[in-house]
Amino acid sequence: MPAWLDTHFISLLNGLAIGSLLFILAVGLSLIFGMMDVLNLAHGVLFLIGAYVAWWFAGENPSMLQFLGALVIAGAIGVLAGLGLSLTTERLARRSHLDQALLTLGLALIAGDALSAAFDNDVHTINPPPGLDGSVLLLGKAYPVYRLLLIGLGGVLATIVHLVVERTSLGALVRATVADRHMVLSIGVDDRKVKMVVFAVGALLATTAGVLGAPVYGARPGLDSTALILALVVVVIGGLGSVRGALFGALVIGEIESLGRALLSNLASFVLFGALAVVLVLRPRGLFGASTGART
Amino acid sequence: MTAAAPGAVLACTGLARAFGALRAVDGVDLSLPPGARHALIGPNGAGKSTLFKLLAGGLRPSAGRVWLDGRDVTRLSDARRARLGIGQTFQHSSLFLSMTAAENVALAAQRTLGQPWSPVPRTRVAVQRRVEQLLAEVGLAERGATAVGALSHGECRQLELAVALATAPRVLLLDEPAAGMSPAESARFAELIRKLPADITMLFVEHDLDLVFRLATRVTVLHLGKVLRSGAPEEIQGSAEVQEAYLGTGRRADLFLTDGDPGQPGARGAAEGG
Amino acid sequence: MMRRLAPIAAVAALAVAPLVLDTYATAILTRILVYALLAASLDLLVGITGLPSLGHGAYFGTGAYAAGWLAVHVTANAPAGLAAAVVASAIVAVIAGSVCVRARGVFFLMLTLAIGEIVEQLAQSWHSVTGGSDGLYGIPAARLGATALTDVSAIAWYVLAVFVVGMAALRCIVRSPLGQALRGIRDNEARMSALGYRTYHYKLAVFVIAGAIAGLAGGLLAAQQRLVTPADLGFSSSAPILLAVIIGGEATPWGPCLGAAVVVILRDVFGPSLGGHGSFVLGAVFVATVFVMPGGLARLRRKGQGQT
Repeated sequence: MPAWLDTHFISLLNGLAIGSLLFILAVGLSLIFGMMDVLNLAHGVLFLIGAYVAWWFAGENPSMLQFLGALVIAGAIGVLAGLGLSLTTERLARRSHLDQALLTLGLALIAGDALSAAFDNDVHTINPPPGLDGSVLLLGKAYPVYRLLLIGLGGVLATIVHLVVERTSLGALVRATVADRHMVLSIGVDDRKVKMVVFAVGALLATTAGVLGAPVYGARPGLDSTALILALVVVVIGGLGSVRGALFGALVIGEIESLGRALLSNLASFVLFGALAVVLVLRPRGLFGASTGART
Repeated sequence: MTAAAPGAVLACTGLARAFGALRAVDGVDLSLPPGARHALIGPNGAGKSTLFKLLAGGLRPSAGRVWLDGRDVTRLSDARRARLGIGQTFQHSSLFLSMTAAENVALAAQRTLGQPWSPVPRTRVAVQRRVEQLLAEVGLAERGATAVGALSHGECRQLELAVALATAPRVLLLDEPAAGMSPAESARFAELIRKLPADITMLFVEHDLDLVFRLATRVTVLHLGKVLRSGAPEEIQGSAEVQEAYLGTGRRADLFLTDGDPGQPGARGAAEGG
Repeated sequence: MMRRLAPIAAVAALAVAPLVLDTYATAILTRILVYALLAASLDLLVGITGLPSLGHGAYFGTGAYAAGWLAVHVTANAPAGLAAAVVASAIVAVIAGSVCVRARGVFFLMLTLAIGEIVEQLAQSWHSVTGGSDGLYGIPAARLGATALTDVSAIAWYVLAVFVVGMAALRCIVRSPLGQALRGIRDNEARMSALGYRTYHYKLAVFVIAGAIAGLAGGLLAAQQRLVTPADLGFSSSAPILLAVIIGGEATPWGPCLGAAVVVILRDVFGPSLGGHGSFVLGAVFVATVFVMPGGLARLRRKGQGQT
């Protein structure tokens, strides 16, 4: 095995784990934005809510049952939050998309502050539940089982989302709305219901990502901004409304964050910006985004 | 149907544009001599708007070339083509809604007459004069200070024309300039267009066949992305294949006159088909 | 006549204020002026050109760091600091803008947000220059000639003078042919393109101008606060200032300044007494503005008069 692979094997795997987490987080953002042109700036705070739910419900050393319980609770909160966001932004549907985005920003500020108040400003760590807290030997190195699970989960969820979007009629509706919302409206589909479903599922995925990410990132203030930014970069690179794009973007960003920081430390930020810039200059709609061929 | 003739101001050869499997424009040749008054007609979906966008530069062709004064402009952006002398009006009035009518025209005129990059406030007399002149020409002399939102639909179309003329284009592409106008407004508008300087070359899309036959010296019929027929107005009016393209092969005697005065009401009804 | 006198009267009132108010109030007033200039520069992008930026703090912070660094390592000369601030922020703005202005609307918003955060991360990690997460502290007082600006009133007048110059420049641009072209791009970029305008260049130009003036405001921050932290660069700076523009009223002459005053007062004056929940109130005010007062504070009086 080549020497550099040996040294950086762990970072590579970490990159996949981060990428999986990012995918789960970003795919909802991408679909909501791609479908409704609503930029959900509260997406990061949903992730943070998931993380805090994990800490509050499951504690620092959760049992498997507690961990699963946290997932369920976070999921429920996610669905409710998604529906709530969908309804509030709907009231501004006639105004600009900017207003809707900024509304979600205002709500994110409120929620973020409320979380700070409820949970103070300390960094809370959560350990993986027993059974998932060990390590496994891979190529002679110990690697946490939990992160391997994350990689697996990411793959499974990607497949599920892909199948739903490509093979079901709901998925067809989602794809059609991304391609041409007005056309979908004119064939009589109530896009508000579709919007509510997509928002709810997207938010559900975000809070779930928060719980799943808790054993890796813990729960602390500031996590919402970091999560939001990374999700946005993933969506920009991958293209709006594209599941494949979200997966590809998430893996790329995951590797930049992991391998990039290991190799280049501070310069990794430059690489992030550089990747963003390169993609946008060559393909302004993202790598897998819809291309209309217009010369804009 | 001919290749770009020498001396043509605006021409295209083999121009095509496909959207997936749909060939909106499928190999069109067009050639406009200086001072032309050339009309582009065809049933809905014939590809007229797409062809316009290809000529003006808003859309990239899948094949073919566009020539301006013998120069290949196919790869140039719409802004670049505009600077080379192409002006256009849009089917749906494309104006600056937060501004008044005069400000709209001034913004266009400023690009050639003023100093659009100047970060210092200045009143350019040349721009002001041109604005007044153009507004008077299109019949909006009293409406300069009115906000665009307060203008009637017909006035918006007039303003649309004034804005396009403000940059003193040599070629004018008019996409359904009289769309949505009443017969009286249409007639006034036709007069307006007729009085434009003879050295401006014009290509216009119109559904109002009244207008077409009043203004055009040459007519091209587009059908399913291809040129069906090109020739003098009378030729087109009398053509059986053109009638068929518009109306199918059913009864059409009372809709489309095969002879007689183009000013008859019947001639306009044909445009509703396709 | 009244409209012309009002700004002059306002400036006169601001000039007299430090003599009348106590130290704390003067410091708050100075802070308001700094953020008002920042908000006005953002409005050039948001209100005039229609480019909503959620990353404007990056240029503000860059200017602050540049001025601060110069004062610590080279000279505390005030104009030199401001010059460094403007140049540094303009350079960052050119690089970021060349990528951002290819997008529009919410997509542009996303990009500016992402870039702003990346710049903040850079400031966090570049210890040697920026001091990392501790920030750049111990910035010496700015000097105008031989005098060090340590007195609260002196700083207030210095900031007021630069504020007036900055605002004058902005008003100038807004009423110029360039400003009109920018409004044209805001209203209908496709038409501007069809008329022959190279819209990309105009957008990049305004991005850099707005960034440079934000940097100027940053230079003032360094002189007043004598401390610059990464928070001045990132989201915690960019978000409130965008909200300030919206709350105050986009594309209005003084709206952004009013909005900045609201934000500074909420966060710095009432924040501590609200138990540090300034963000909560800000978010709530913002949500209220969006639903109840579309067009912001400045438009409440001018309802029905149309936009600038």
